[in-house]
Amino acid sequence: MSMRNRAVICAAMLVAASAAASAQAPQFGQPVTPADIAPWDISIGPDGAGLPAGRGSAKQGEAVYAAKCQACHGEKGAGRPNDALVGGAGTIVSDGPAVKTVGSYWPYATTLFDYIRRAMPWNETKSLSNDELYAVSAYILHLNGVIGADDVIDAQSLPKLKMPNRDGFIPFPR
Amino acid sequence: MGRKRKAAQSLGEHVAGNGMLSRRIFLEGAVLASATGIAASSAAGEPLAVAPWMKEPGAALAGYGQPSKYEKAARTVPAPANPATVGIGTARTPLQLLDGMITPNGLHFDRSHSGTPEIDPDQHRLAIHGLVKRPLVFTMEALARYPRESRIAFLECAGNSGALYAPQAQPLNAPAIHGLVSCAEWTGVRLATLLDEAGVDPAAKWIVAEGADAAAMSRSFPLAKAMDDALLCLYQNGEKVRPANGYPLRLLLPGFEGNMNVKWLRRLKLVDAPVMSKDETSKYTILLKEGKAWQFVFPMEVKSVITRPSPGLAFNGPGFYEISGLAWSGKGRLRQVEVSADGGKSWAPAALQEPVLPKAVTRFRAAWQWNGAPTVLQSRATDETGMVQPSRAAFVAERGLRGNYHYNAIASWRIDEKGEARNVYA
Repeated sequence: MSMRNRAVICAAMLVAASAAASAQAPQFGQPVTPADIAPWDISIGPDGAGLPAGRGSAKQGEAVYAAKCQACHGEKGAGRPNDALVGGAGTIVSDGPAVKTVGSYWPYATTLFDYIRRAMPWNETKSLSNDELYAVSAYILHLNGVIGADDVIDAQSLPKLKMPNRDGFIPFPR
Repeated sequence: MGRKRKAAQSLGEHVAGNGMLSRRIFLEGAVLASATGIAASSAAGEPLAVAPWMKEPGAALAGYGQPSKYEKAARTVPAPANPATVGIGTARTPLQLLDGMITPNGLHFDRSHSGTPEIDPDQHRLAIHGLVKRPLVFTMEALARYPRESRIAFLECAGNSGALYAPQAQPLNAPAIHGLVSCAEWTGVRLATLLDEAGVDPAAKWIVAEGADAAAMSRSFPLAKAMDDALLCLYQNGEKVRPANGYPLRLLLPGFEGNMNVKWLRRLKLVDAPVMSKDETSKYTILLKEGKAWQFVFPMEVKSVITRPSPGLAFNGPGFYEISGLAWSGKGRLRQVEVSADGGKSWAPAALQEPVLPKAVTRFRAAWQWNGAPTVLQSRATDETGMVQPSRAAFVAERGLRGNYHYNAIASWRIDEKGEARNVYA
């Protein structure tokens, strides 16, 4: 084989190789802007990232609770027929049965707001206004002694609340 | 060397106490008169009848096949605590009525927090955003164009076998205790493929997955899992994923606790730290006896369950029986399953039905010559990482009885003199 022929073959192989390398992985996603995704972006981190504008107090939240929550969670969050939201203090660090509620077990107040916003009221989810969400969260936190009846919570204050069981969790050792 | 048939006496040898026989009966396919007590006889005493269905044409062809009308296998659906919230609860796989490793789609377990949504696939979207270079949205049509992959994987609810945390053994059957585990062939697109397309920001360490159900159920999982073996599933056992299991799109995180395999997947947000959702703080954390709780317990650890015999499947007199069940580990393949017919005093290795796949259930079978006396049957699994299913005593000693989730200790069925099985602690 002449040098020239070899060069032609090498060049042809190079072209083939680069054609193969340039074949693109399939890409069928459509670009989306943060503004367009905002209505879906409902996750709230423990640092409060994602909390909306708005505010509310326990006093304001009591009416929201009575109208939207009490049928399942009982008067003042006592529970029945569904989960209790209040009580259980002292049952976590003990040998007896644990009563896990927002007050006794939940480590972050932001989780309460996040969960009510995405999943409650059960038969009418994502229907409360931001002010109603802050108010009813405040009511449940107040029933658990985390805040006072007149304390107002908002995007700044909610992540700063220290829940009673904040330090109750450890990593799985395996 | 070819398969060698052993002599009858050798195949029927007892390899552990109280009648446990060698597994060679499964591995070599031999059935032995001496071991089984089956004797050739002509007991019928009358000519065999020709059945009526051989004398007339059968039913017309059906568009979607159904089981025989004589088969009644169905999921157990306990009544909800609150009749007003019917979508909250479980539908449990009838493990004792099935064999093999695959759960039929209509019998796959279902744990739901807010009911099964009826999602129009043309309107459903998957969004990938957060710490990525290019936030993207995918239609189901677009997802269907990517190269696909199939894997057989178990799903187990973290609360499966939670009834065994009760201080006293409850009179429950296999589905009521263990029926929140199923296994299917899942087919879809590797999540890593789509993350590469979106361009992962180096700051991203976790992903928040969120469903399109009424509760927008959400969980955080490590980015490393996404890059390892996470699958976005479009198909379940060859057909489109069933609504109760996440139609039209389900996240599969092989080996991880059930609820992390988010159904009706609509959003994946890459973040630098877990979002601390309700289902990774107030639920699905394991409260220990001292008052601390384990958080982010992802893999379902090595476990096995005898499904036959089990309550409701009585043995009919002494003689040969196959003891069969399921074993699995969220950390890989099974290495070994052993069966005891004397309450754990001695153990016989069970035959593992091929294929033995990582993070899938494995069917095991053991041969037993029951002498008709009451006893306790147990199974004990070991996975390829060397983890051995713990005794109930060791399990309780480590974590107490307040954990609710991830119960994987050895389970016991007591067989009484009538051949009935009952849940006991032994």
